[in-house]
Parts: sequence; C-alpha cells; structure tokens
Amino acid sequence: MTWESAMPTLIVGTSLLTGLLIFFLEEKRQRLRSTLNLLGAGLKLVFVGIIIVGTLQGREYEFRFPLVLGFDFLLRVDMLSLLFVTLSGVLWFVTTIYAIGYLEGSEHRSRFFGFFSICVAASTGIALAGNLITFFIFYEFLTLSTYPLVVHRGTEESLRAGRTYLWYTITGGTVLFVGVAWLNVLVGDVDFSHAGSLASVAPYYHTELIAIFVLLIAGLGVKAALVPLHGWLPVAMVAPAPVSALLHAVAVVKAGAFGIVRVVYDVFGVSFANSLGVLTPLAILASITIIYGSLRAMTQDDLKKRLAYSTISQVSYITLGVALFGITGTIGSLVHLVHQGIMKITLFFCAGNVAETLGLHRISEMNGIGRRMPVTMGAFTVAALGMIGLPPIAGFISKWYLALGGLEAGKPWVVVVLLVSSLLNAAYFLPILHAAWFKKPSQSWSPRTGKLETSAMLLVPPVITAGFSLAAGLFAASNGSPLALARQIAELLYYSSP
Amino acid sequence: MIIWLVLLPFAGGVLAFALARWGRVIGLLTTAGTFAVGLIFSAQIWQNGPQRYLVGGWSVPLGINFFADGLSAVMLLITGGIGTIISLYSISYFAPTARKGEWSENDTFWPLWLFLVGGLNALFLSADVFNVYVTLEVVTLAAIGLAALAGNAAALTASLRYLFAALIGSMAYLMGVALLYASYGLLDFQALQQVVQTDAPTVLALSLMTVGLLLKTALFPLHFWLPPAHSTAPAPVSAALSGLVVKGSFYITLRLWFETFYGQIHFSAGQLLGALGTAAILWGSFQAVRQKRLKLLIAYSTVGQIGYLFLLFPIITATTSRDVVAAWAWSGGLFQAISHALAKTSMFLSAGVLLKAVGTDEIKSMRGIAGHLPLTTFALALAGISLIGLPPSGGFVAKWLMMKAIIGSGQWWWIPVVTLGGLLTAGYVFLMLRYTFLPQEANHPFKPVSPVMQGTAFALAVGAVVIGFRAKELITLLNIGMGFPEVPVLENPGL
Repeated sequence: MTWESAMPTLIVGTSLLTGLLIFFLEEKRQRLRSTLNLLGAGLKLVFVGIIIVGTLQGREYEFRFPLVLGFDFLLRVDMLSLLFVTLSGVLWFVTTIYAIGYLEGSEHRSRFFGFFSICVAASTGIALAGNLITFFIFYEFLTLSTYPLVVHRGTEESLRAGRTYLWYTITGGTVLFVGVAWLNVLVGDVDFSHAGSLASVAPYYHTELIAIFVLLIAGLGVKAALVPLHGWLPVAMVAPAPVSALLHAVAVVKAGAFGIVRVVYDVFGVSFANSLGVLTPLAILASITIIYGSLRAMTQDDLKKRLAYSTISQVSYITLGVALFGITGTIGSLVHLVHQGIMKITLFFCAGNVAETLGLHRISEMNGIGRRMPVTMGAFTVAALGMIGLPPIAGFISKWYLALGGLEAGKPWVVVVLLVSSLLNAAYFLPILHAAWFKKPSQSWSPRTGKLETSAMLLVPPVITAGFSLAAGLFAASNGSPLALARQIAELLYYSSP
Repeated sequence: MIIWLVLLPFAGGVLAFALARWGRVIGLLTTAGTFAVGLIFSAQIWQNGPQRYLVGGWSVPLGINFFADGLSAVMLLITGGIGTIISLYSISYFAPTARKGEWSENDTFWPLWLFLVGGLNALFLSADVFNVYVTLEVVTLAAIGLAALAGNAAALTASLRYLFAALIGSMAYLMGVALLYASYGLLDFQALQQVVQTDAPTVLALSLMTVGLLLKTALFPLHFWLPPAHSTAPAPVSAALSGLVVKGSFYITLRLWFETFYGQIHFSAGQLLGALGTAAILWGSFQAVRQKRLKLLIAYSTVGQIGYLFLLFPIITATTSRDVVAAWAWSGGLFQAISHALAKTSMFLSAGVLLKAVGTDEIKSMRGIAGHLPLTTFALALAGISLIGLPPSGGFVAKWLMMKAIIGSGQWWWIPVVTLGGLLTAGYVFLMLRYTFLPQEANHPFKPVSPVMQGTAFALAVGAVVIGFRAKELITLLNIGMGFPEVPVLENPGL
C-alpha cells in the first residue's frame, strides 16, 4: 500500500478508530475521552489538509479493494470529495468541542461519542466514495450509526422518533439499493471518474435508465428530505442539539444532497441527464420542497422544529441548483452545500445554548433573550440573516448564483421561487430576531453563573461558525473560498468531460 | 483424508458416550480437529478441483461413494467452523455433572452433538441419493435428541412434533429414491444426470423427494414444527438446528435440482418454490415481529430467512445453460445460506447469554443490557445487520447478488419480495435492539456470564459481517465443479 492509497483509508479510519476506542472506555474517564475525541478530530483535519495540498500539487489518492466479482470498494479523492470532506472535517471538530460541553455530566457518554465518531466516519466515507456501490455502503452505514444518536435520550418520544427515522431511511436505502443493483446489471460498476459513460448506452435502454434515475433520487431524496419524503426530519429533532446540528449540516441531510449531486454529475453526467428529460421534474420537485418547507417553518413555535423545516427548504436549494442545466446553477448548488452547512450548524448550536442554559425551547418564550445571551443571539442573527440571503453573508452568494443559474438555464420561474422563499425565510426568522433583541423580557432570566453567558465550550463553536458564514460571504471572491472551489469544480464538470 | 471428516466426529461421539466425564474435552478436540481437516481438504479442492473417493475401494453400485466439489467444501467449512465455536460455547453453557454416577444434560449433549456433526459431514460428501438419505436420518435423529435435551414438557412436545414431521419427510424422500432406482437402476447424482428423462415416474419421484426435503428444511407452509423445536432447545442446540441442520436438507435439494435434474425442470416448478419462499419470508418475518420472547423471535426469523434460499430456484430453473445470471443466483443463494448460518447461530448463542444473565429470554428483559453485556449487545446488532442485508456484511453480498440475478433474469416480480423482506427483518431486529437503549428497570439483578460465551457469540457475529469482505474467494470456491462461469461478470448489455 502506497502513501497515496493509504490516505483516504486513514481519513475514514481516524474517526472509526476513535469511535471504537471510545466505546470501550469507562464512563467516568471523561478527560481521556475528550482528549481522544479532540485528537481524532484534529488528526483528521491534518490528514484533510495533507490531501488538499497534495491534490493541488496533482497527486492522486486512491484506495481500491475488490469486494465481490463485479464491484470494488473504492475510495478516491476528487475535487467534489475534497469539498465535502473539508466541510465535514472542520464542522466535526467544532461540533466535538460543542458536544463535550453540551453533554457534560449526562449519562452514556461513551456510547454517545462512540457512535458520534462512527457517524463522522460514515459521512467521510460518503465524501470519499469513488463509485456508486461504495457510496451506498457508507450511506447505509450512516443510517445505522445515526440511529443510536437520535434515540440517545432513551425517552418514549425519542424512541418514537427513532422508529420514524429508521422506517424512512431504511425504506429509502432499499429503494436506492434496487436502483444501484439495476444500474450495475445494465452497465457494471459505475465509477465516479467516468462521468458521462452512460451517454453511450444504447437508446433502447433509455427508459430503463430513467426508471433507475427515479429509484436513485427517491432513495437519496429520503435523506435529502425532498417532499414528500421529508417526514422524518422534523420528528428527529428530539435528538440532543449537537446531533441535530451534525445531522442537518453535514451528516444525514447533506449525504442525501451530496448523493444527488453525484448521481446527476458523476453517474449520469449532467448533459445526458438533461437529454433524458429528468432534470426539469427534479427542479420542480426541489422548488415545491423549498416553498413547502418555508411555509411549514412559519407556523412552528418550537425553535428546533422551525429550524428543521427550514432545513428541508434550504437543502433543496442544492438539489435545485443541480437540476438546473448550466454552470452557474451548479456553482450555486455546490457553494450552498458548504454555506448551508456552516449557517445551519450555527443556528442549531445557538438553539442548543438557549435550551441548555435557560431551558427554553419555544420562540414565544424568547422575548428579550438578546440581553441575557448577547453572544449566542449575535451568532444566531448572523446565521439567520445569511439564511434569508442578506449580503454580505454566505447565503447571499448561494442565492445569487442560483438565481443567475435559473436565468441561464432558461427557467426564469426559478427566480420567483427564490424570491418567494427569501420572503418566507424573512417572515420566519425576523420575528425571532425582533423578539430576541427588541421585545421586553416576559420573565426574569436565571442569573449568570460565571463570567460568560454560558459555558465557553458551548459559546465558542457558534461564534466560530458564524464567523465562517460571514467570511465565506465577505471573501467569496478570493482564492480558496468555498465559491472559488465550487467554481473550479463546476468548470471541470462542464468543460473537461467528453 | 476425506474419510477422516466422517470418521473423526463419529469416533469422537462414541468416545464421548463411553467416557462421559471427558465429553467436553473430546467434543471440543473432535470438532476442532474436524474443522482442521476440512480446511486442508478444501485447500485440495481449491487446487485440484472436485474429488471422488470409494470407501474401502468398492466401486459403484456396491460401495459407498464419496464426492466433494466446491459446494461440499463450503458446507464442510461452515459446519466445522461454526461447530467448533458451538463446542467452545457449550463447555461454558452446560454445567458438568456434579457427582459420579449421575447423568446430566452435559453428558447427553456431547455424543449427540458429535453424531450430528459427523452426519452432516457425511451428508455433504455423499455422492448418491440413497447414502444422502441415510446420513440425513442420522442428522435428524441426533437433532431431535438434542432438541429434547431440556427434558421439560414443552421441549418434549416440540421434539415429538419435530420427529413426526421428520419421519413423514424421510418417507416421502425414500419413496422418491425407490422410484428413481426402479426406473434407472442408478443412485449416483451425476450418473443419474446422464440418463434421467421427464416421464411420469421421474416427475413423481422428484416431487416426492422435494416435498420430503422441504419438510425438513421447514419451507413455508411446512415450517410448523420449527419454531417450537428451535425455541425450546438449549441455546447451543437451537444455534446448531437453525444454523446448520436445516442447511443439510437444503443442500440435497440443490444437488437434485441443479445437478441431477438441471435443465429438465419446468419453469413453473421453480416459480412455485419461489412463491413458497416469498410466503415464508413474509409470514416468518411477520410472526417474528409479533413475538415477545427472544428465542421465538429468532426461530421465526429462521422461517423467514429460509425463504430467501428458495428465491434462487425460479431463476436458475429458468436458465438453460449455466450462464452468468444463474451464477449470480447460485452464489447469492449460497451466500445467504452461509451468512444466515453465522448470524443465526450468533443470535441464538446471544439469547443463551441473556437467559443466563437475567433468567428469562423475554425481549422486555433486554432493557439496559448494553451496560452489562456490551459484547452481546454488539453481537446481536452485527448479526441483525447481516440478516437485514445492510452493508458491509455477508447478508448484503447475498442480497446484492440475488438482486442482480433477479434483475438480470427479467423476473422483476421478485424485487418487492427481497425489499419487503429486508424491511420486515429490519422491523424485528430493531424491535429487539431498541430495548437495549431503554434505561434499566430498578432492582433487576444481572448474573455474571462467562466471557467465553459472550466472546463466541460475538465472534460469529463478526464472522457474519467479515465474510462480506472476502466474498470473492468464497464465491470462487462455491463454483468449483458446478460448471458455472469462473468469472461471473456479465458483458453489460447497456454498453
């Protein structure tokens, strides 16, 4: 095994090993557990840094292992996986800090952090998967490792949520499985680096390919929470805040969206998918989801539930961008993959802080909370404004490119969808901000216990990610920004394929 | 070499009977030794291809004729490997006799268990339809004896039912053998293949033999005897019955259908077996979801999982040459048999651990076991993952190949069967696992359980997952001598 082939396994392996080690730690070894957690997350960041530098120098990282006759287990680093693996690496590190602070003193922490790390290993595997079957393996692995996190509290409510979550995701996984197997019978192993090879399939099989596309998108759509397959997401928010943060920002929902990106660009090839006529229905479905999610978000009083519906809406921006046939839409979609992650994770961190520090879950109880927790609500405000699409925060960049992409693709109605959605975003986020900053507190807050408004481990992560959200927007034009990376990937997708 | 695979366990069985005090030592050494011989023997088949052996040098039709190909090798390996682990577990499970002159479960278990292993090995090596019958009888009688081991009313009723079902099955099979011998004067699987025709007596013979075998394999609706028998037996016995014994009669069905009668069986017969398999998957899984006791849940799960084995029949029957699609169905079906054997034995062994720890196998009693029995919890979870067919595991490879065979053959109507079966399996697996996340009830004492018992169950579960990573070698071994394409990769029709 060479250095280049070891690298992808190492990146997946660090989280997996961390998880397995933590399982067998005694409950009270808190210091050791936290050290292991941070060490694993840190080491992974170092490895990600190495492959970024290496890829820029033109090195190729690939690990291949024949599994069954007819398919290989394949991990490979390409630009798209670089984008996703960096996102998950960075956000995992931040969330680990947050989770350590959040779960201080609670039960079953070894179990929690064990599955937490394994869940990250799964989403890293999804990022690095080099063919459809490897992607599928990690996709199912993710379902399994997130279930224990969703039911972590062990209450009736969380077990019910866990059951709903499993039914949706396992059914989705099964549908995806049929699609993957069917495609494998038709054309063999689908390697992501041979995008566009499906275009040479004889026209006789095009109906079958359309059916396969529908199966794949339906399977992925469950995790990506496309309407009407979104039912699990609002229920699953009973999970502890760091889990919701991870689920909504990098792990589950993103895995679905990332899968859709892979299927359209690297399995079917965007021009071929367009000529099959499957992209426009997908764009319409995404648009319906965007509007529906926002509408439902407006009526929720529970803060985490409102955020969950907002996720349904926001993640579909990615799908919408993918379904627009044109380079600008692609840029918007890929950049939103990152932007939505950093903004949404901030919002969930803040919601967790409010719940953990003051015991508040409802928006109607949050009048004047800005005075008690100014830093938390400051970070919340940045992220919320970004979600609405206010410049110069990251969300604006995404929406701008998506709207231009819609025009470029000859679908001006996309602009209308985006405008309506932004209005709705404003309608459900601004009242929270207004209540938090300008209304008089309807109750007296429990006083601060230390110098800070809450523990430092809870406070630093949202500040960092809010900072990312601002920076990603402010410095979008500079080299190395998510936008620059997205542009580079999109150019590769459109100009280098045969 | 080949003769030791049979002689060793039978000799060990006699020895364990005579020297009951040493039963456990003899048992472990014999099963481990048989496994070692099986490994060497499989290596020979891997290198030199199928082997034939005339016991005592007498040739057909007088002598006993042994024949082994890749399929036999795989079955021998599974029996030897799982058998050794069950022996290891049983040493801790059965308490040794306290005083001299007394007779206990432990003393009865070892001789019967070694006869069972010997019978299974002989079955996988027999080259003709009659010897296979004799060996199957040995297996069945040993199995019934083991099932009755607990000695209480429930176990005795269950094993009596098992006995009746098995006798009817044997009779049907034997009549079929007689009909075949009357028509052709031959018994050898491969010799018969050269001469069989599809006339009425032959069709009747095959039907009788198949029904007899299905009764012993417990394919729906002939499964009625299985859940009580498998759930009342002691845990290591349940494991052997569900994991190994039902595969014996299944193996004979494969030999008949795809060696002796291959190419002669009507399309609709294959469809019928597939339909019964479907009913088994749905009914078994549905019943499993409804159970309150862990061992019954696992037993019904066996009824369902056996159904999957029969999905390969409609697909291979529809082919006229051993083509790529047939090879997928073949290796998928057998991979299902192998990974089910591993996962199911592991589950029953875990149920035994639970019984020892909390005194009952009610699913409710699994509350909070994760903290006390982490290894057992993991074992149940891993075995469950393989049963559902989630990647990466042996069960996944099985479903993957099966699904490809179904799609490749154009018999799309089996697709919902496989998917729905997977969902139902997920249903009962998570029904079981969710209790481990619930907080433990107060004043519920946990008794300590031997780490060997926990470890062996865990090792089997890991095995059920890990064979998913070494699928290539196993499939290659399976195909030796069956005439399937060596590298079953289809030229993709789409490209």
